[in-house]
Amino acid sequence: MEAILNWVHVHIDIIYIVVLSIFLGIEVIGRVPSVLHTPLMSGANAIHGVVIIGAIIVMGKVEPGHYLTLIIGFLAVVLGTLNVVGGFVVTDRMLEMFKKKK
Amino acid sequence: MELSILTICYLIGSLTFIIGLKMLSHPESARKGNMVAAVGMFIAIFGTIFLYQENGVGLGNYGWIFGALILGTIIGVLAAKRVKMTAMPELVSLFNGMGGACAALISVIEFGHIAALYSGEHATQAAPTQGTLLTIFLGLIIGSVSFAGSIIAWGKLNGKIKDFSFKGQQVFNLVLFFATLAVAGYLVVAIDSANYLLFYGILVAALIYGVLFVLPIGGADMPVVISLLNSFTGVAAACGGFLYNNSVMLTGGILVGAAGTLLTVLMCKAMNRSLTNVLIGSFGGSAAGGGSTAAGPQGAFKEISISDAAVCMSYANKVIIVPGYGLAVAQAQHVCHELEKLLEDKGVDVKYAIHPVAGRMPGHMNVLLAEADVSYDKLIEMEEANDEFKSTDVVLILGANDVVNPAAKTDPASPIYGMPILEVEQAKTVIVNKRSMKPGYAGIENDLFFQPKTSMLFGDAKAALQKLVAEIKSL
Repeated sequence: MEAILNWVHVHIDIIYIVVLSIFLGIEVIGRVPSVLHTPLMSGANAIHGVVIIGAIIVMGKVEPGHYLTLIIGFLAVVLGTLNVVGGFVVTDRMLEMFKKKK
Repeated sequence: MELSILTICYLIGSLTFIIGLKMLSHPESARKGNMVAAVGMFIAIFGTIFLYQENGVGLGNYGWIFGALILGTIIGVLAAKRVKMTAMPELVSLFNGMGGACAALISVIEFGHIAALYSGEHATQAAPTQGTLLTIFLGLIIGSVSFAGSIIAWGKLNGKIKDFSFKGQQVFNLVLFFATLAVAGYLVVAIDSANYLLFYGILVAALIYGVLFVLPIGGADMPVVISLLNSFTGVAAACGGFLYNNSVMLTGGILVGAAGTLLTVLMCKAMNRSLTNVLIGSFGGSAAGGGSTAAGPQGAFKEISISDAAVCMSYANKVIIVPGYGLAVAQAQHVCHELEKLLEDKGVDVKYAIHPVAGRMPGHMNVLLAEADVSYDKLIEMEEANDEFKSTDVVLILGANDVVNPAAKTDPASPIYGMPILEVEQAKTVIVNKRSMKPGYAGIENDLFFQPKTSMLFGDAKAALQKLVAEIKSL
Protein backbone atom coordinates (compact mmCIF):
# COMPACT_ATOMS: atom_id res chain seq x y z
CA MET A 1 0.00 0.00 0.00
CA GLU A 2 2.75 2.37 0.99
CA ALA A 3 4.67 1.48 -2.16
CA ILE A 4 1.65 2.42 -4.28
CA LEU A 5 1.08 5.71 -2.47
CA ASN A 6 4.73 6.49 -2.81
CA TRP A 7 4.64 5.72 -6.52
CA VAL A 8 1.64 8.02 -6.95
CA HIS A 9 3.45 10.74 -5.05
CA VAL A 10 6.60 10.47 -7.17
CA HIS A 11 4.73 10.36 -10.47
CA ILE A 12 1.98 12.85 -9.70
CA ASP A 13 2.99 15.10 -12.65
CA ILE A 14 2.62 12.26 -15.09
CA ILE A 15 -0.67 11.19 -13.55
CA TYR A 16 -2.00 14.73 -13.99
CA ILE A 17 -0.93 14.77 -17.62
CA VAL A 18 -2.55 11.39 -18.27
CA VAL A 19 -5.85 12.21 -16.62
CA LEU A 20 -6.17 15.65 -18.20
CA SER A 21 -5.15 14.30 -21.62
CA ILE A 22 -7.86 11.65 -21.43
CA PHE A 23 -10.53 14.30 -20.85
CA LEU A 24 -9.04 16.55 -23.49
CA GLY A 25 -8.97 13.75 -26.04
CA ILE A 26 -12.62 12.95 -25.41
CA GLU A 27 -13.70 16.61 -25.51
CA VAL A 28 -11.86 17.35 -28.74
CA ILE A 29 -13.27 14.33 -30.57
CA GLY A 30 -16.77 14.74 -29.19
CA ARG A 31 -17.47 17.72 -31.44
CA VAL A 32 -16.29 16.22 -34.71
CA PRO A 33 -19.00 15.86 -37.37
CA SER A 34 -19.21 12.32 -38.74
CA VAL A 35 -18.16 13.48 -42.21
CA LEU A 36 -14.69 14.15 -40.85
CA HIS A 37 -14.28 10.81 -39.06
CA THR A 38 -11.99 9.24 -41.63
CA PRO A 39 -9.53 12.14 -41.85
CA LEU A 40 -9.67 12.49 -38.09
CA MET A 41 -8.82 8.85 -37.54
CA SER A 42 -6.00 9.23 -40.01
CA GLY A 43 -4.75 12.41 -38.32
CA ALA A 44 -4.83 10.78 -34.89
CA ASN A 45 -2.98 7.86 -36.44
CA ALA A 46 -0.20 10.22 -37.54
CA ILE A 47 -0.05 11.83 -34.10
CA HIS A 48 0.58 8.56 -32.27
CA GLY A 49 3.56 8.23 -34.57
CA VAL A 50 5.17 10.41 -31.90
CA VAL A 51 6.41 7.02 -30.66
CA ILE A 52 9.26 7.62 -33.13
CA ILE A 53 10.85 9.91 -30.54
CA GLY A 54 11.34 6.87 -28.31
CA ALA A 55 12.92 5.04 -31.22
CA ILE A 56 15.28 7.95 -31.90
CA ILE A 57 16.33 8.11 -28.23
CA VAL A 58 16.95 4.35 -28.15
CA MET A 59 18.90 4.53 -31.39
CA GLY A 60 21.01 7.48 -30.30
CA LYS A 61 22.08 5.71 -27.11
CA VAL A 62 23.30 2.50 -28.74
CA GLU A 63 27.06 2.15 -28.56
CA PRO A 64 28.58 1.85 -32.03
CA GLY A 65 29.41 -1.75 -32.83
CA HIS A 66 26.25 -3.30 -31.41
CA TYR A 67 25.00 -4.10 -34.87
CA LEU A 68 22.00 -6.21 -33.92
CA THR A 69 20.64 -3.45 -31.67
CA LEU A 70 21.46 -0.84 -34.30
CA ILE A 71 19.56 -2.78 -36.93
CA ILE A 72 16.49 -3.21 -34.71
CA GLY A 73 16.65 0.48 -33.82
CA PHE A 74 17.01 1.40 -37.49
CA LEU A 75 13.91 -0.66 -38.26
CA ALA A 76 12.04 1.02 -35.42
CA VAL A 77 12.90 4.52 -36.70
CA VAL A 78 11.92 3.58 -40.28
CA LEU A 79 8.56 2.20 -39.11
CA GLY A 80 7.95 5.22 -36.88
CA THR A 81 8.75 7.59 -39.76
CA LEU A 82 6.34 5.68 -42.00
CA ASN A 83 3.64 6.15 -39.39
CA VAL A 84 4.29 9.88 -39.00
CA VAL A 85 5.03 10.94 -42.57
CA GLY A 86 2.62 8.55 -44.27
CA GLY A 87 -0.08 9.44 -41.76
CA PHE A 88 0.17 13.19 -42.26
CA VAL A 89 0.45 12.96 -46.05
CA VAL A 90 -2.57 10.65 -46.36
CA THR A 91 -4.60 12.91 -44.08
CA ASP A 92 -3.62 15.93 -46.15
CA ARG A 93 -4.65 14.12 -49.33
CA MET A 94 -8.03 13.32 -47.85
CA LEU A 95 -8.61 16.86 -46.62
CA GLU A 96 -7.45 18.42 -49.87
CA MET A 97 -10.60 17.00 -51.41
CA PHE A 98 -12.84 18.59 -48.82
CA LYS A 99 -12.11 22.05 -50.17
CA LYS A 100 -15.29 23.95 -50.91
CA LYS A 101 -16.07 23.97 -54.57
CA LYS A 102 -17.00 27.19 -56.41
CA MET B 1 20.36 25.16 -21.85
CA GLU B 2 19.79 22.51 -24.53
CA LEU B 3 17.50 20.58 -22.24
CA SER B 4 15.40 23.68 -21.49
CA ILE B 5 14.97 24.33 -25.20
CA LEU B 6 14.02 20.69 -25.71
CA THR B 7 11.38 20.97 -22.99
CA ILE B 8 9.91 23.95 -24.84
CA CYS B 9 10.01 21.98 -28.10
CA TYR B 10 7.99 19.24 -26.39
CA LEU B 11 5.54 21.79 -25.01
CA ILE B 12 5.04 23.19 -28.51
CA GLY B 13 4.61 19.64 -29.82
CA SER B 14 1.96 18.77 -27.22
CA LEU B 15 0.07 22.01 -27.87
CA THR B 16 0.08 21.56 -31.64
CA PHE B 17 -1.35 18.05 -31.23
CA ILE B 18 -4.25 19.40 -29.19
CA ILE B 19 -4.85 22.38 -31.50
CA GLY B 20 -4.42 20.15 -34.54
CA LEU B 21 -7.04 17.68 -33.32
CA LYS B 22 -9.39 20.53 -32.52
CA MET B 23 -8.96 22.12 -35.96
CA LEU B 24 -9.48 18.72 -37.55
CA SER B 25 -13.03 18.85 -36.19
CA HIS B 26 -14.15 21.62 -38.55
CA PRO B 27 -14.28 21.19 -42.31
CA GLU B 28 -12.82 24.66 -42.98
CA SER B 29 -9.85 24.38 -40.66
CA ALA B 30 -9.20 20.63 -40.91
CA ARG B 31 -6.41 20.81 -43.43
CA LYS B 32 -4.59 23.51 -41.50
CA GLY B 33 -5.04 21.48 -38.32
CA ASN B 34 -3.26 18.56 -39.90
CA MET B 35 -0.42 20.88 -40.94
CA VAL B 36 -0.19 22.37 -37.43
CA ALA B 37 0.17 18.91 -35.89
CA ALA B 38 2.75 17.96 -38.53
CA VAL B 39 4.84 21.06 -37.79
CA GLY B 40 4.70 20.29 -34.05
CA MET B 41 5.79 16.73 -34.76
CA PHE B 42 8.70 18.02 -36.86
CA ILE B 43 9.85 20.33 -34.04
CA ALA B 44 9.58 17.55 -31.46
CA ILE B 45 11.51 15.06 -33.62
CA PHE B 46 14.37 17.39 -34.57
CA GLY B 47 14.50 18.82 -31.05
CA THR B 48 15.03 15.27 -29.80
CA ILE B 49 17.73 14.50 -32.33
CA PHE B 50 19.84 17.58 -31.65
CA LEU B 51 19.05 18.55 -28.06
CA TYR B 52 18.38 15.32 -26.16
CA GLN B 53 20.85 14.59 -23.37
CA GLU B 54 21.17 11.87 -20.80
CA ASN B 55 23.66 12.47 -18.00
CA GLY B 56 25.20 15.24 -20.07
CA VAL B 57 25.75 13.04 -23.12
CA GLY B 58 23.86 13.76 -26.36
CA LEU B 59 22.64 11.21 -28.86
CA GLY B 60 24.96 9.49 -31.32
CA ASN B 61 24.57 7.33 -34.41
CA TYR B 62 23.34 10.27 -36.51
CA GLY B 63 24.15 8.40 -39.71
CA TRP B 64 21.78 5.57 -38.78
CA ILE B 65 19.07 7.90 -37.51
CA PHE B 66 19.02 10.13 -40.59
CA GLY B 67 19.31 7.12 -42.88
CA ALA B 68 16.21 5.64 -41.28
CA LEU B 69 14.34 8.96 -41.31
CA ILE B 70 15.04 9.51 -45.00
CA LEU B 71 14.16 5.94 -45.96
CA GLY B 72 10.92 6.07 -43.96
CA THR B 73 9.98 9.45 -45.42
CA ILE B 74 10.51 8.31 -49.02
CA ILE B 75 8.47 5.13 -48.60
CA GLY B 76 5.79 6.92 -46.56
CA VAL B 77 5.30 9.77 -49.04
CA LEU B 78 5.26 7.45 -52.05
CA ALA B 79 2.77 5.07 -50.46
CA ALA B 80 0.51 7.91 -49.31
CA LYS B 81 0.62 9.76 -52.65
CA ARG B 82 0.05 6.73 -54.82
CA VAL B 83 -2.71 4.99 -52.94
CA LYS B 84 -6.15 5.01 -54.51
CA MET B 85 -8.91 6.75 -52.58
CA THR B 86 -10.81 3.50 -52.02
CA ALA B 87 -7.71 1.89 -50.52
CA MET B 88 -7.13 4.59 -47.90
CA PRO B 89 -8.67 2.75 -44.95
CA GLU B 90 -6.25 -0.10 -45.62
CA LEU B 91 -3.30 2.26 -45.70
CA VAL B 92 -4.32 3.92 -42.43
CA SER B 93 -4.47 0.46 -40.88
CA LEU B 94 -1.03 -0.37 -42.26
CA PHE B 95 0.53 2.86 -40.95
CA ASN B 96 -1.09 2.19 -37.59
CA GLY B 97 0.56 -1.23 -37.57
CA MET B 98 3.94 0.39 -38.26
CA GLY B 99 3.50 2.60 -35.18
CA GLY B 100 2.63 -0.45 -33.07
CA ALA B 101 5.67 -2.32 -34.35
CA CYS B 102 7.85 0.69 -33.56
CA ALA B 103 6.61 0.70 -29.95
CA ALA B 104 7.22 -3.06 -29.63
CA LEU B 105 10.76 -2.77 -31.05
CA ILE B 106 11.59 -0.01 -28.55
CA SER B 107 10.62 -2.42 -25.77
CA VAL B 108 12.76 -5.16 -27.32
CA ILE B 109 15.83 -2.92 -27.34
CA GLU B 110 15.17 -1.49 -23.88
CA PHE B 111 14.78 -4.96 -22.42
CA GLY B 112 18.11 -6.03 -23.90
CA HIS B 113 19.57 -2.79 -22.61
CA ILE B 114 18.46 -3.24 -18.99
CA ALA B 115 19.28 -6.95 -19.11
CA ALA B 116 22.87 -6.04 -19.89
CA LEU B 117 22.88 -3.16 -17.42
CA TYR B 118 21.50 -4.96 -14.40
CA SER B 119 22.15 -8.65 -14.67
CA GLY B 120 24.85 -9.29 -17.28
CA GLU B 121 28.54 -9.79 -16.59
CA HIS B 122 29.08 -6.07 -16.62
CA ALA B 123 26.13 -5.35 -14.36
CA THR B 124 26.52 -1.95 -12.81
CA GLN B 125 23.34 -1.66 -10.83
CA ALA B 126 21.29 -3.97 -8.68
CA ALA B 127 17.85 -3.94 -10.31
CA PRO B 128 15.58 -1.91 -12.56
CA THR B 129 12.43 -0.48 -11.01
CA GLN B 130 9.17 -2.33 -11.40
CA GLY B 131 7.70 0.73 -13.11
CA THR B 132 10.35 0.53 -15.84
CA LEU B 133 9.72 -3.17 -16.41
CA LEU B 134 5.96 -2.65 -16.40
CA THR B 135 6.09 0.05 -19.10
CA ILE B 136 8.47 -2.06 -21.18
CA PHE B 137 6.11 -5.05 -21.06
CA LEU B 138 3.00 -2.96 -21.67
CA GLY B 139 4.64 -1.29 -24.67
CA LEU B 140 5.67 -4.71 -25.97
CA ILE B 141 2.26 -6.34 -25.57
CA ILE B 142 0.08 -3.45 -26.77
CA GLY B 143 2.43 -2.59 -29.62
CA SER B 144 2.58 -6.22 -30.83
CA VAL B 145 -1.18 -6.74 -30.64
CA SER B 146 -1.71 -3.49 -32.52
CA PHE B 147 0.85 -4.43 -35.17
CA ALA B 148 -0.44 -7.97 -35.78
CA GLY B 149 -4.08 -6.86 -35.64
CA SER B 150 -3.54 -3.97 -38.05
CA ILE B 151 -1.79 -6.19 -40.58
CA ILE B 152 -4.73 -8.62 -40.47
CA ALA B 153 -7.21 -5.72 -40.78
CA TRP B 154 -5.21 -4.44 -43.74
CA GLY B 155 -5.30 -7.87 -45.38
CA LYS B 156 -9.02 -8.21 -44.76
CA LEU B 157 -9.86 -4.82 -46.23
CA ASN B 158 -7.99 -5.48 -49.44
CA GLY B 159 -9.49 -8.95 -49.64
CA LYS B 160 -6.27 -10.92 -49.18
CA ILE B 161 -7.36 -12.47 -45.89
CA LYS B 162 -10.71 -14.16 -45.40
CA ASP B 163 -12.72 -14.47 -42.19
CA PHE B 164 -11.46 -17.37 -40.17
CA SER B 165 -12.46 -18.86 -36.86
CA PHE B 166 -12.21 -22.24 -35.19
CA LYS B 167 -14.18 -23.91 -32.46
CA GLY B 168 -13.34 -22.59 -29.04
CA GLN B 169 -11.45 -19.62 -30.45
CA GLN B 170 -12.99 -17.19 -27.95
CA VAL B 171 -11.89 -19.37 -25.05
CA PHE B 172 -8.45 -19.84 -26.57
CA ASN B 173 -8.10 -16.07 -27.06
CA LEU B 174 -9.07 -15.35 -23.47
CA VAL B 175 -6.68 -17.95 -22.12
CA LEU B 176 -3.87 -16.64 -24.31
CA PHE B 177 -4.61 -13.05 -23.26
CA PHE B 178 -4.58 -13.76 -19.54
CA ALA B 179 -1.60 -16.10 -19.77
CA THR B 180 0.40 -13.35 -21.51
CA LEU B 181 -0.56 -10.83 -18.85
CA ALA B 182 0.20 -13.30 -16.07
CA VAL B 183 3.71 -14.03 -17.39
CA ALA B 184 4.41 -10.31 -17.81
CA GLY B 185 3.02 -9.68 -14.32
CA TYR B 186 5.25 -12.39 -12.91
CA LEU B 187 8.37 -10.89 -14.49
CA VAL B 188 7.46 -7.44 -13.16
CA VAL B 189 6.76 -8.64 -9.62
CA ALA B 190 9.87 -10.82 -9.54
CA ILE B 191 11.92 -7.97 -11.10
CA ASP B 192 13.34 -10.53 -13.51
CA SER B 193 15.08 -8.53 -16.19
CA ALA B 194 17.17 -11.23 -17.79
CA ASN B 195 14.64 -13.86 -18.74
CA TYR B 196 14.89 -13.62 -22.51
CA LEU B 197 12.94 -16.83 -23.03
CA LEU B 198 9.83 -15.51 -21.29
CA PHE B 199 10.29 -12.07 -22.83
CA TYR B 200 10.24 -13.42 -26.38
CA GLY B 201 7.47 -15.81 -25.34
CA ILE B 202 5.38 -12.75 -24.44
CA LEU B 203 6.23 -11.12 -27.78
CA VAL B 204 5.14 -14.20 -29.77
CA ALA B 205 1.99 -14.68 -27.66
CA ALA B 206 1.00 -11.02 -28.15
CA LEU B 207 1.49 -11.31 -31.92
CA ILE B 208 -0.63 -14.47 -32.07
CA TYR B 209 -3.28 -12.81 -29.93
CA GLY B 210 -3.38 -9.81 -32.29
CA VAL B 211 -3.94 -12.12 -35.27
CA LEU B 212 -6.62 -14.24 -33.59
CA PHE B 213 -8.31 -11.14 -32.17
CA VAL B 214 -9.02 -9.64 -35.61
CA LEU B 215 -9.37 -12.78 -37.77
CA PRO B 216 -12.94 -13.75 -36.82
CA ILE B 217 -14.34 -10.21 -37.00
CA GLY B 218 -16.35 -9.55 -40.15
CA GLY B 219 -15.21 -7.17 -42.86
CA ALA B 220 -18.01 -4.71 -42.10
CA ASP B 221 -16.65 -4.22 -38.61
CA MET B 222 -13.10 -3.41 -39.72
CA PRO B 223 -13.61 0.39 -39.22
CA VAL B 224 -14.36 -0.22 -35.56
CA VAL B 225 -11.38 -2.53 -35.24
CA ILE B 226 -9.00 -0.08 -36.92
CA SER B 227 -10.21 2.70 -34.67
CA LEU B 228 -9.68 0.48 -31.63
CA LEU B 229 -6.19 -0.56 -32.75
CA ASN B 230 -5.45 3.11 -33.41
CA SER B 231 -6.14 3.90 -29.79
CA PHE B 232 -4.05 0.85 -28.74
CA THR B 233 -1.05 2.26 -30.57
CA GLY B 234 -1.67 5.58 -28.82
CA VAL B 235 -1.43 3.84 -25.46
CA ALA B 236 1.70 1.98 -26.58
CA ALA B 237 3.27 5.34 -27.49
CA ALA B 238 2.28 6.68 -24.07
CA CYS B 239 4.14 3.73 -22.48
CA GLY B 240 7.24 5.06 -24.22
CA GLY B 241 6.43 8.43 -22.66
CA PHE B 242 6.43 6.84 -19.21
CA LEU B 243 9.69 5.02 -19.93
CA TYR B 244 11.60 8.13 -20.99
CA ASN B 245 9.62 10.55 -18.86
CA ASN B 246 8.85 12.24 -22.18
CA SER B 247 5.92 14.63 -22.04
CA VAL B 248 5.21 14.90 -25.76
CA MET B 249 5.02 11.12 -26.21
CA LEU B 250 2.80 10.94 -23.18
CA THR B 251 0.33 13.65 -24.24
CA GLY B 252 0.29 12.56 -27.89
CA GLY B 253 -0.20 8.91 -26.99
CA ILE B 254 -2.88 9.45 -24.36
CA LEU B 255 -4.77 11.99 -26.52
CA VAL B 256 -4.98 9.48 -29.34
CA GLY B 257 -5.74 6.65 -26.93
CA ALA B 258 -8.69 8.54 -25.41
CA ALA B 259 -9.95 10.01 -28.67
CA GLY B 260 -9.63 6.68 -30.49
CA THR B 261 -11.58 4.88 -27.78
CA LEU B 262 -14.39 7.43 -27.96
CA LEU B 263 -14.44 7.27 -31.76
CA THR B 264 -14.69 3.48 -31.51
CA VAL B 265 -17.66 3.75 -29.17
CA LEU B 266 -19.33 6.34 -31.44
CA MET B 267 -18.95 4.01 -34.41
CA CYS B 268 -20.47 1.12 -32.48
CA LYS B 269 -23.36 3.37 -31.49
CA ALA B 270 -24.00 4.32 -35.11
CA MET B 271 -24.46 0.61 -35.78
CA ASN B 272 -26.45 0.15 -32.60
CA ARG B 273 -24.13 -2.49 -31.25
CA SER B 274 -21.96 -2.83 -28.21
CA LEU B 275 -18.20 -3.05 -28.50
CA THR B 276 -18.26 -6.51 -26.91
CA ASN B 277 -20.68 -7.64 -29.58
CA VAL B 278 -18.32 -6.44 -32.31
CA LEU B 279 -15.27 -8.03 -30.74
CA ILE B 280 -16.88 -11.38 -30.05
CA GLY B 281 -17.91 -11.29 -33.67
CA SER B 282 -21.30 -12.98 -33.45
CA PHE B 283 -22.60 -10.58 -36.07
CA GLY B 284 -20.16 -10.65 -38.96
CA GLY B 285 -19.45 -14.34 -38.57
CA SER B 286 -21.34 -17.52 -37.95
CA ALA B 287 -24.46 -16.58 -36.02
CA ALA B 288 -25.73 -14.08 -38.58
CA GLY B 289 -27.79 -16.36 -40.84
CA GLY B 290 -30.18 -18.37 -38.68
CA GLY B 291 -33.48 -16.98 -37.57
CA SER B 292 -33.37 -13.62 -39.27
CA THR B 293 -33.09 -15.03 -42.78
CA ALA B 294 -36.04 -17.33 -42.21
CA ALA B 295 -38.11 -14.43 -40.92
CA GLY B 296 -37.27 -12.21 -43.91
CA PRO B 297 -39.99 -11.97 -46.56
CA GLN B 298 -38.96 -13.84 -49.64
CA GLY B 299 -41.16 -12.64 -52.41
CA ALA B 300 -41.37 -11.03 -55.77
CA PHE B 301 -39.19 -8.09 -56.61
CA LYS B 302 -39.37 -6.18 -59.85
CA GLU B 303 -36.58 -5.16 -62.15
CA ILE B 304 -36.30 -1.87 -63.97
CA SER B 305 -34.61 -1.35 -67.34
CA ILE B 306 -31.90 1.25 -67.87
CA SER B 307 -34.14 3.36 -70.09
CA ASP B 308 -37.02 3.33 -67.62
CA ALA B 309 -34.67 4.33 -64.83
CA ALA B 310 -33.25 7.13 -67.00
CA VAL B 311 -36.70 8.52 -67.79
CA CYS B 312 -37.80 8.18 -64.20
CA MET B 313 -34.86 10.21 -62.93
CA SER B 314 -34.76 12.82 -65.71
CA TYR B 315 -38.32 13.88 -65.10
CA ALA B 316 -38.09 13.93 -61.33
CA ASN B 317 -37.95 17.15 -59.32
CA LYS B 318 -35.71 15.81 -56.65
CA VAL B 319 -33.35 12.82 -56.62
CA ILE B 320 -31.38 11.60 -53.62
CA ILE B 321 -28.49 9.23 -54.20
CA VAL B 322 -27.59 6.82 -51.39
CA PRO B 323 -24.03 5.61 -51.93
CA GLY B 324 -22.73 2.49 -50.21
CA TYR B 325 -19.90 0.04 -50.24
CA GLY B 326 -20.84 -1.18 -53.74
CA LEU B 327 -20.02 2.28 -55.13
CA ALA B 328 -16.56 2.18 -53.55
CA VAL B 329 -15.79 -1.32 -54.83
CA ALA B 330 -16.86 -0.45 -58.37
CA GLN B 331 -14.90 2.85 -58.26
CA ALA B 332 -18.04 4.47 -59.60
CA GLN B 333 -17.73 7.85 -57.85
CA HIS B 334 -16.71 9.76 -61.02
CA VAL B 335 -19.56 8.37 -63.15
CA CYS B 336 -21.86 9.10 -60.27
CA HIS B 337 -20.79 12.75 -60.31
CA GLU B 338 -21.35 12.82 -64.07
CA LEU B 339 -24.88 11.54 -63.56
CA GLU B 340 -25.46 14.19 -60.92
CA LYS B 341 -24.33 17.00 -63.28
CA LEU B 342 -26.48 15.68 -66.14
CA LEU B 343 -29.55 15.60 -63.93
CA GLU B 344 -28.80 19.07 -62.56
CA ASP B 345 -28.60 20.38 -66.13
CA LYS B 346 -32.09 19.04 -66.64
CA GLY B 347 -33.24 20.98 -63.60
CA VAL B 348 -33.36 18.07 -61.18
CA ASP B 349 -32.37 18.76 -57.60
CA VAL B 350 -29.73 16.12 -56.75
CA LYS B 351 -28.34 15.35 -53.30
CA TYR B 352 -26.39 12.57 -51.63
CA ALA B 353 -27.60 11.03 -48.38
CA ILE B 354 -24.67 9.81 -46.33
CA HIS B 355 -25.18 7.18 -43.62
CA PRO B 356 -22.52 7.50 -40.92
CA VAL B 357 -21.27 3.96 -41.42
CA ALA B 358 -21.73 3.62 -45.17
CA GLY B 359 -18.64 2.19 -46.84
CA ARG B 360 -15.74 0.85 -44.89
CA MET B 361 -14.98 3.68 -42.52
CA PRO B 362 -17.11 6.48 -41.11
CA GLY B 363 -16.90 9.33 -43.56
CA HIS B 364 -15.61 6.98 -46.27
CA MET B 365 -18.33 8.06 -48.72
CA ASN B 366 -17.52 11.73 -48.16
CA VAL B 367 -13.87 11.16 -49.00
CA LEU B 368 -14.79 9.11 -52.04
CA LEU B 369 -17.29 11.60 -53.43
CA ALA B 370 -14.98 14.51 -52.69
CA GLU B 371 -12.38 12.78 -54.85
CA ALA B 372 -14.86 12.95 -57.73
CA ASP B 373 -15.34 16.71 -57.15
CA VAL B 374 -18.82 16.38 -55.70
CA SER B 375 -19.56 19.61 -53.87
CA TYR B 376 -19.50 19.45 -50.10
CA ASP B 377 -22.97 21.11 -49.87
CA LYS B 378 -24.56 18.27 -51.82
CA LEU B 379 -23.78 15.74 -49.10
CA ILE B 380 -26.44 15.61 -46.41
CA GLU B 381 -26.27 13.69 -43.16
CA MET B 382 -28.74 11.08 -42.00
CA GLU B 383 -31.19 13.17 -39.92
CA GLU B 384 -31.48 15.85 -42.59
CA ALA B 385 -31.86 13.21 -45.30
CA ASN B 386 -34.65 11.48 -43.42
CA ASP B 387 -36.59 14.76 -43.37
CA GLU B 388 -36.06 15.22 -47.09
CA PHE B 389 -37.06 11.75 -48.29
CA LYS B 390 -40.76 12.63 -47.94
CA SER B 391 -40.45 15.26 -50.67
CA THR B 392 -38.19 13.15 -52.88
CA ASP B 393 -39.33 11.63 -56.16
CA VAL B 394 -36.57 9.11 -56.76
CA VAL B 395 -34.02 7.58 -54.41
CA LEU B 396 -31.14 5.86 -56.18
CA ILE B 397 -29.36 3.36 -53.94
CA LEU B 398 -25.88 2.46 -55.15
CA GLY B 399 -24.55 -0.67 -53.49
CA ALA B 400 -25.91 0.13 -50.04
CA ASN B 401 -27.99 -2.46 -48.21
CA ASP B 402 -28.01 -2.74 -44.43
CA VAL B 403 -28.10 1.03 -43.93
CA VAL B 404 -31.46 1.23 -45.73
CA ASN B 405 -33.01 -1.94 -44.29
CA PRO B 406 -36.37 -1.08 -42.69
CA ALA B 407 -36.06 -4.17 -40.46
CA ALA B 408 -33.88 -2.00 -38.23
CA LYS B 409 -37.04 -0.09 -37.34
CA THR B 410 -39.77 -2.69 -37.61
CA ASP B 411 -38.41 -6.13 -36.70
CA PRO B 412 -37.22 -6.52 -33.09
CA ALA B 413 -35.86 -9.99 -33.95
CA SER B 414 -33.47 -8.57 -36.54
CA PRO B 415 -29.82 -8.36 -35.52
CA ILE B 416 -29.71 -4.76 -36.77
CA TYR B 417 -32.90 -3.77 -34.90
CA GLY B 418 -32.47 -0.26 -33.49
CA MET B 419 -29.70 0.82 -35.85
CA PRO B 420 -30.47 4.27 -37.27
CA ILE B 421 -31.16 3.92 -40.98
CA LEU B 422 -31.87 6.08 -43.99
CA GLU B 423 -35.65 5.92 -44.31
CA VAL B 424 -35.70 5.75 -48.10
CA GLU B 425 -39.09 4.06 -48.24
CA GLN B 426 -40.68 7.45 -47.58
CA ALA B 427 -39.75 8.59 -51.09
CA LYS B 428 -42.11 8.06 -54.04
CA THR B 429 -39.85 5.67 -55.95
CA VAL B 430 -36.78 3.71 -54.93
CA ILE B 431 -34.30 2.34 -57.48
CA VAL B 432 -31.78 -0.09 -56.04
CA ASN B 433 -28.58 -0.85 -57.89
CA LYS B 434 -26.97 -4.07 -56.68
CA ARG B 435 -24.98 -6.83 -58.25
CA SER B 436 -27.39 -9.55 -57.14
CA MET B 437 -30.09 -10.30 -54.58
CA LYS B 438 -27.44 -11.46 -52.11
CA PRO B 439 -27.78 -9.98 -48.63
CA GLY B 440 -25.30 -7.38 -47.38
CA TYR B 441 -22.67 -7.70 -44.67
CA ALA B 442 -25.17 -8.29 -41.91
CA GLY B 443 -26.31 -11.39 -43.79
CA ILE B 444 -30.00 -10.57 -43.59
CA GLU B 445 -32.72 -10.10 -46.17
CA ASN B 446 -33.84 -6.59 -46.95
CA ASP B 447 -37.58 -6.09 -46.95
CA LEU B 448 -37.15 -2.87 -48.92
CA PHE B 449 -36.28 -4.76 -52.10
CA PHE B 450 -39.69 -6.45 -52.13
CA GLN B 451 -41.81 -3.37 -51.60
CA PRO B 452 -44.07 -2.23 -54.47
CA LYS B 453 -42.34 1.14 -54.86
CA THR B 454 -38.91 -0.44 -55.16
CA SER B 455 -37.36 -1.58 -58.42
CA MET B 456 -34.06 -3.34 -58.86
CA LEU B 457 -31.36 -2.32 -61.34
CA PHE B 458 -28.91 -5.22 -61.33
CA GLY B 459 -25.28 -4.86 -62.30
CA ASP B 460 -21.95 -3.45 -61.27
CA ALA B 461 -22.43 0.14 -60.04
CA LYS B 462 -19.97 1.64 -62.51
CA ALA B 463 -21.29 -0.22 -65.57
CA ALA B 464 -24.91 0.51 -64.64
CA LEU B 465 -24.21 4.21 -64.07
CA GLN B 466 -22.34 4.50 -67.37
CA LYS B 467 -25.32 3.05 -69.22
CA LEU B 468 -27.64 5.32 -67.29
CA VAL B 469 -25.57 8.40 -68.18
CA ALA B 470 -25.53 7.41 -71.87
CA GLU B 471 -29.28 6.85 -71.81
CA ILE B 472 -30.03 10.19 -70.16
CA LYS B 473 -27.80 11.98 -72.69
CA SER B 474 -29.79 10.47 -75.56
CA LEU B 475 -33.16 11.45 -74.13
